[in-house]
Amino acid sequence: MLLIHCPWCGPRNEDEFSYGGEAHIVRPAAPEAESDAQWADYLFMRTNRKGLNLERWVHTHGCGRWFNVARDTVTHRIEAVYGMGEAPPVQSRGGG
Amino acid sequence: MPASEYLRQSALAALGLAAKAGAGPARGAGVILRECAPRAQLCLRGGPGADFEKAVEGVLGVRPPLESGMSARNGDRTLLWLGPDEWLAVLPDERSEEVLSRLRDALAPLHVAVVDVSHSRAVVELSGAHARSVLQKGCHLDLHPSRFRAGSVAQSKFARCHVLLHQTDDAPAYDLYIQRSFARYLWSWLEDAAAEFGVTVEV
Repeated sequence: MLLIHCPWCGPRNEDEFSYGGEAHIVRPAAPEAESDAQWADYLFMRTNRKGLNLERWVHTHGCGRWFNVARDTVTHRIEAVYGMGEAPPVQSRGGG
Repeated sequence: MPASEYLRQSALAALGLAAKAGAGPARGAGVILRECAPRAQLCLRGGPGADFEKAVEGVLGVRPPLESGMSARNGDRTLLWLGPDEWLAVLPDERSEEVLSRLRDALAPLHVAVVDVSHSRAVVELSGAHARSVLQKGCHLDLHPSRFRAGSVAQSKFARCHVLLHQTDDAPAYDLYIQRSFARYLWSWLEDAAAEFGVTVEV
């Protein structure tokens, strides 16, 4: 089980949290100008990195807040926890 | 609006707790389980900010605690920290309507939500010398007195259910705010987990 440091509640077990997928995916500014392929890419395609992944989590069974986590998908080591809308303090790495 | 006596039924009514009350060990029960009388529970979303805090304090006489996992109390009114912009106000049931409308008036100029959620949760009090041991069977929170003491609040998973835990006394005593539909399961779980310490039921 992962021990995730909620920015508000402190360290809690993984089963209190829900995973929210890859972070920093930007919605196209003008969806109507996107081709179907570009729109599908935005909606469905994710990096699936083997290495340091930037992802969103929500403290479902706690304070209910969203935040970002930099987690290594190989070692499960969490390198950083940072707020929504903040720039990642570490860069993702590893192939997708 | 508070439900009438006729409509309002305890979430634990089917367990027949009145018949069990006092049937535990005559003395020396390690754990005391008590179903608490209905309380007004008002969810406050807003702030944090001086305007919000002052307005809430003006109505309740309690300033919203800003430190995570803390509560603040004044007489029969308690504010529990639920999140950085979310609190639960707990007060006597009969005052819910009056306080709700006063809070709404006082907070009207601000960007807030005040919602009466009194009927969503049942409240069970767990106390006695072994209360902490019982809680630790179903919950991974660190409840050691150096980390969690009277006034501490946490939402977590307890016996696989979402609960709001509030320590009310260092004796220790805890209030468990349980979603109504899980109340019968959790009460039975608690009675079972507490059996080895000797349990007394109070209503």
